[in-house]
Amino acid sequence: MFPTPIEKRSRAAQITYQSLVPLALVMWLMPLIAVALFSIRPGVDFSNGNYWGLPSSFELFTNYGKVFFESDMPRYLWNSVLITVPTVIGAVALSCMTGFALGIYRFRGNLLIFFMFIAGNFVPFQILMVPVRDLTVDAGLYDTKLGLILFHIAFQTGFCTLFMRNFIRALPYELIEAARVEGVKEWRIFWFIVLPLMKPAIAALSVLIFTFIWNDYFWAVVLTQGPDAQPVTAGITSFNSQFVAQYHLMSAGSIVAALPPVAMFFLMQRHFIAGLTLGAVK
Amino acid sequence: MTIATDPETQGWFQRNRMIITPLMFLLPGVLFFAIYVIIPIFQSFYISTYEWNGLGDLSEQGEFVGLDNYRELMTDRAFEVSLWNNVKWLALYLLAIPGGLFIALFLNQTIVGIRLYKSLFFFPFVISQVVVGLVFSWFYLPREGLLNGFLGLFGAGPVNVLGDPTLATYGIIAAGLWPQTAYCMILYLTGLNAVDPEQIEAARLDGARGRRMLWHVILPQLRPATFIAFVVTIIGALRSFDLISIMTNGGPFGSTRVLSFYMFEKALSEYGFRMGYGSAIAVILFLIMLVFIGYFLWSMWRDERDARR
Repeated sequence: MFPTPIEKRSRAAQITYQSLVPLALVMWLMPLIAVALFSIRPGVDFSNGNYWGLPSSFELFTNYGKVFFESDMPRYLWNSVLITVPTVIGAVALSCMTGFALGIYRFRGNLLIFFMFIAGNFVPFQILMVPVRDLTVDAGLYDTKLGLILFHIAFQTGFCTLFMRNFIRALPYELIEAARVEGVKEWRIFWFIVLPLMKPAIAALSVLIFTFIWNDYFWAVVLTQGPDAQPVTAGITSFNSQFVAQYHLMSAGSIVAALPPVAMFFLMQRHFIAGLTLGAVK
Repeated sequence: MTIATDPETQGWFQRNRMIITPLMFLLPGVLFFAIYVIIPIFQSFYISTYEWNGLGDLSEQGEFVGLDNYRELMTDRAFEVSLWNNVKWLALYLLAIPGGLFIALFLNQTIVGIRLYKSLFFFPFVISQVVVGLVFSWFYLPREGLLNGFLGLFGAGPVNVLGDPTLATYGIIAAGLWPQTAYCMILYLTGLNAVDPEQIEAARLDGARGRRMLWHVILPQLRPATFIAFVVTIIGALRSFDLISIMTNGGPFGSTRVLSFYMFEKALSEYGFRMGYGSAIAVILFLIMLVFIGYFLWSMWRDERDARR
């Protein structure tokens, strides 16, 4: 293990290290802690210039209550759910199929299609912006959740295909050959042999895509505009203009907006990191 | 079970199933991807030769102007500023890689609760960039911000980071480095986990330690992690949009624009709906990105060729 395990160092070094880690963590998360502290203060503290002293009262419930009951925040959150969940299902389903096709079969153009997916996944969003917006408007899907979902599914299929194909490549190929010798139909190989083995990849990809889509801001701004369809990342700006300069409420609002992917991450940590670091180890 | 091997008795589908099956499986994904990603890239090239406000049909409402949009870019001050800011983003964003490596080395220990510490260090990456932008713009506030509260302790003065044209871009990049460093950290932590312990022991016996050990023994083994960190950091730097839009909206005086933001501003915001000009900016950004994409694909292609079975 590198660096030298701390257990092998002197007692003093161990104690220093153990106190240094939490300290470093607090420093690292300081901007976020500051916002969390803001969100439990009353508004008067800000007009009195009491930013960092003890709060004059403890207003956690009032502030978060306002976010949930006196703003459009719940609508935006619900929109985000309605956009994110179908996208995850769609992108994962499509990429299970493309990954299977590219990972199992050898045919001319296999690598070419694979590299098309990878390359498309890297392009700047702006090169797609005008045509995609135009397409969405023409299809009558501007400012609808469906318009966003369709685009997200298509774009995420690039990354998901890369992921799934490499995962399927690592599966034991003999299994599929054995099934073929037995005369199992190709689609049954997919459904009954490959798909069950892909569960960990599906789990990893789902949490990852959930976070990516939940956090998307650019496409939300380009393809939607009102509280009818906008997800929470775009909605937070109108929330902030509703409570302009009321830092306690804006802080509470952004914490609420950030929470779902954070919860997802902590609940599915193993899958999340497995997905994110795929390829970091050979 | 007996298998029909005589091609005459098999149907057309059965004979060609090794071609048909993958095609059927690929069709929906490729179709979607082509419509929403591949074709729009070429359409943007085409639109960039038009002057068009986005209303109506391009061929009816738009006016073909050839390369005029690109000529206009050459003399556009705002474009020049954006381009320079992109260079700053690219150069400074790469600091996330050594930064992430440093934190990973710091945390690669086994003490009580280290798993939780690692996740909490990684935490900024999970939050949306919009919230990161808000958090940092409050952190920088001249009166209420923590940064100036902190500087005040040392008698230093309030600095209005985001209001100062020379500082604002650096302030935003610092905010961007926060989640990006966390990402690189997790890549390196995973990489460090897989480093071969025998090689480390052997190197230790040979007297390698500290920095020399890191450079000659550890880093070569971390190459896959470094490659991915490099890819995601470059892409992230050139995609920076959310933070700028949230923190300064391009200001003060347009000093924090980058190409991705300037393109959006030209094509879709109150500055007018110049789709053609916006597309021309997007094309330039795409061409810059293409250099990197080409390199990444070439590297992956090499690995793929070596791994062919």
